[in-house]
Amino acid sequence: MTATTEEARPATRPAARRRPRRRIDWGKYFTWAVIAWLLSPIAFMIAFSFNDAQGRHNVTWQGFTLHWYADVFAYPDLTRALVNSLLIAVLTMLIAGALGGLLGLALGRYRFRGKPLTDLVMFSAISAPEVVLGAGLLSMFLTMNIATGFWTILIAHVMFSVSFVAITVRARVLALDPALEEAARDLGASPWTTFRLVTLPMLFPALMAGGLIAFVLSIDDYIITTFVSGNTTTFPLWIWGTTRVGTPPQVNVMGTLIFAVGVLLAVINAVLARRRG
Amino acid sequence: MAETTPTTDEAAPAGGRTRRALPYLLVAPAWLWLALFFVVPICTVLSMSLMTGDLYQGYALTWEFANYTSAVATYWEQIARSLLYGGCATLLCIAIGYPVAYWIAFKGGAYKNAYLLLLLLPMFVSFVLRTISWKAFLADEGVVLGTLKGIGLLPEDAYVLNTGPAVVFGLAYNFLPFMVLPIYAVLERMDHRVVEAAQDLYAGRIRAFAAVVLPMSLPGVFAGVIMTFIPTSADYVNSQVLGGAHNTMIGKIIEDQYLVNNAYPMAAAITFVLMAVLLAGIFAYARALGTKQVMEVQAR
Amino acid sequence: MSRRDPALLRGLTRTRPTRRTVLGASALALALSACGVRGQGAQDAPGEDFWEGKKSNGKLTFANWPLYMDSERTQLKEFTEETGIEVTYDEAVQENHSFFGKVQPKLADGASIGYDLMVLSNGIELTKLIELDYLAPLDHTKMPNFDAYAGEMYKNATYDQGNRFTVPYASGITGIAYNPEYVDREITGIADLWDPEFKGKVGMMADPQEVANFALLLYGTAPGESDKKDWEKAVSRLEEQREAGIVRRYYQQDYIQPLTNGDLWISMAWSGDVFQQNAEEGTELEFVIPEEGGTLWSDLMMIPYTAQNPVDALMLMDFLYEPRIAASLTEYINFIPPVPEARQEIAEKAEEASGDEKEELEALVDSPLVFPSDEDYTHLHNYVPLSAGQEEEFSPMFLAVTQA
Repeated sequence: MTATTEEARPATRPAARRRPRRRIDWGKYFTWAVIAWLLSPIAFMIAFSFNDAQGRHNVTWQGFTLHWYADVFAYPDLTRALVNSLLIAVLTMLIAGALGGLLGLALGRYRFRGKPLTDLVMFSAISAPEVVLGAGLLSMFLTMNIATGFWTILIAHVMFSVSFVAITVRARVLALDPALEEAARDLGASPWTTFRLVTLPMLFPALMAGGLIAFVLSIDDYIITTFVSGNTTTFPLWIWGTTRVGTPPQVNVMGTLIFAVGVLLAVINAVLARRRG
Repeated sequence: MAETTPTTDEAAPAGGRTRRALPYLLVAPAWLWLALFFVVPICTVLSMSLMTGDLYQGYALTWEFANYTSAVATYWEQIARSLLYGGCATLLCIAIGYPVAYWIAFKGGAYKNAYLLLLLLPMFVSFVLRTISWKAFLADEGVVLGTLKGIGLLPEDAYVLNTGPAVVFGLAYNFLPFMVLPIYAVLERMDHRVVEAAQDLYAGRIRAFAAVVLPMSLPGVFAGVIMTFIPTSADYVNSQVLGGAHNTMIGKIIEDQYLVNNAYPMAAAITFVLMAVLLAGIFAYARALGTKQVMEVQAR
Repeated sequence: MSRRDPALLRGLTRTRPTRRTVLGASALALALSACGVRGQGAQDAPGEDFWEGKKSNGKLTFANWPLYMDSERTQLKEFTEETGIEVTYDEAVQENHSFFGKVQPKLADGASIGYDLMVLSNGIELTKLIELDYLAPLDHTKMPNFDAYAGEMYKNATYDQGNRFTVPYASGITGIAYNPEYVDREITGIADLWDPEFKGKVGMMADPQEVANFALLLYGTAPGESDKKDWEKAVSRLEEQREAGIVRRYYQQDYIQPLTNGDLWISMAWSGDVFQQNAEEGTELEFVIPEEGGTLWSDLMMIPYTAQNPVDALMLMDFLYEPRIAASLTEYINFIPPVPEARQEIAEKAEEASGDEKEELEALVDSPLVFPSDEDYTHLHNYVPLSAGQEEEFSPMFLAVTQA
């Protein structure tokens, strides 16, 4: 077999390896086109945060201005909604990070009864459509007569984020070299100290990544939040409410700022990950 | 496999029982949360779909299976439409996403992660905001259509907004990363030497791709299909913003029945029908490709 | 990684405990979830003695729609000056049904919703609020301004006979708006909305009552006198319109932007929206009351029965009926005030003003959108009066049209 290929090779490709191929890399242009397509509404949003819109509708360009940035908190309801969103997102990141991290660690490390059931439940929680999750939670809160509001939103957000964090952490755990922890234990460290000083720092990038996922999922969530928000407004909910009468430029400003912070966090995470190797 | 085998048992005297209980302690909080706030709600939907009543007298469990027949009879069109739009959007995502995933995995080089980051960047902006921006973009005399009409490529009364294709477009736009990432994950893990060997053997990149790369990447496509088809079928925000008179999707019906009409039993019945239809689809698909592969890619 | 995980493979093949655990868990979950939902009527329905022993507390919270009061809250400041009562204003009402959905559970529990005064439109939510006993009956002995200054057509509306629970805040007309840039001829009636010439450029409203009214009026049936057969005919007319591809979309309130930029040429519209759009952005959209008839709706002030400061709320309600206060409110919101004398006030102010301000005020005074004439009023109808039971039949019929 090898003999035939060796003979066949020179016949089909003589000096191709040495001559630089001048083929158009369609893939590259296509990928860049897709990326541009994905980012175009973002560019639109950022551009129109500088639009000197006169009326209530911020869709035609009327001139450059910075005063929306100065006037960001002109709408107290919008500010309150943004604060709610940020607060919920941070709390979700912390709680889902903790729960999901522990779950991921256990799934990657230990054998225990109910592992396949856990896999099934996690898989279902991730793939279940938001409408179903939201409807389910609302149904449960109705039958138990629990008032919907801030805390029910938080409960819902943690619920759908936990699985994402767990999967991220598990992937990392499975790739960890147990030698380091064994070494620590050989040197006499207790399991808790080993965990604190060796395991946790090694898991940190995965926890950060998972936490970031949880943050983004939470701050962006619209459908599930609609079902369980009660009296509380979050940022996406407020924006949705304004589609009836016109979305003010302050929304674009806040969107731009959140985007900028998100980009910063992602870049920092990437740099840290590379440094840890 | 990283299992903590007690090589140095001396460090675990009283820890023996604790260590056996340790995994259960670790997973308990997450289990509890998921059980209480995922499993129970799904069961509540089931039980609520069998209730009757209204806002004034309350709702009670009367095993009213007629709710299901009524739900399907009244809303089968919206359910079918949701599956259709979801399917089209998924196919569109494959058509766009697979080449992108392939190129980044094989030709991305040192910048692979940067490309992935760029793909995921739009996720940092609220999904509602992104979809609303498309509404402005696709206006009849707006940036895109206005220019095309000006050149003469489109007739004067052509419009894209408020049509079915606009909704599918929006769905594909919002859920593209969900298709790209699983496919990328599988392609990236592939041993590139296998691919090169295939290219040599088959004397052509296209044949090598079709015979070797494509079949090996199917688990990724499968995972991508699940991650895309389910949310796109159940999404209704795109339809609300970009859709027109005859494009309502079943998610909107469910929301209205819960929040506007307070018709909880009917709403729960529709939700359950949607869940069942999607689950049936996945299991049929999973059977065709093999269950093991479902869990495999999911556990990446 | 996981491909080689024997634990996973073992777990997948070991079915017995998994199945048992699943069954046991689901039985428990089902048991937990099988409790019903109790009736949502008010805990302690307010009777005629609601006002006994209640007195002014010096503050109140007011929930209203966005853009229904200027950002300085001028009228509220004047109220505080005159009475010393502090008002907290919250633009909490985005849509009738979403606001209702938010406050309903608390009202069912007898808890305060955080507001003493709220503004909601007449319609299905109002019917629900009244039938569930969520509203405090108004004490008209304490409302001299309403008695003296409210227009006749705003007392005794079909949805709240004798203003037992509500008084109007602002009213509006549902008519037809069109963009003369794209529509060459003059639009006169609802029949124009069905005209195939405007295929794909017609906007209709998504609210079942609005859309039903127009379909009923199209063939001469007054909404107030319609019955189920009429509704069925209306539904089939609407379906014809939709199937012919004439309707672009069923809008909540966001038809103004598409009208301005050419996505829509003609649409069902609310009077104040058109007026505000023309005033703010200088567009020239036209608004007509259809010859077959239009509808008059009101956004109504009401007090929830769990309000903490009902007496203060009542005082504010009445204060807004003073003609000069009603006039200054109308100057901003551009919807129809329930106080006809407000027009006189604005006319007087216009005489004393000059320049741009004078022009704006005069435009207001002359606008039939803000101050309809008596003749205009004869063309205007109220919504279909629906009891809670009827509403359960009515809504699904028309939602099936708009949510196809």
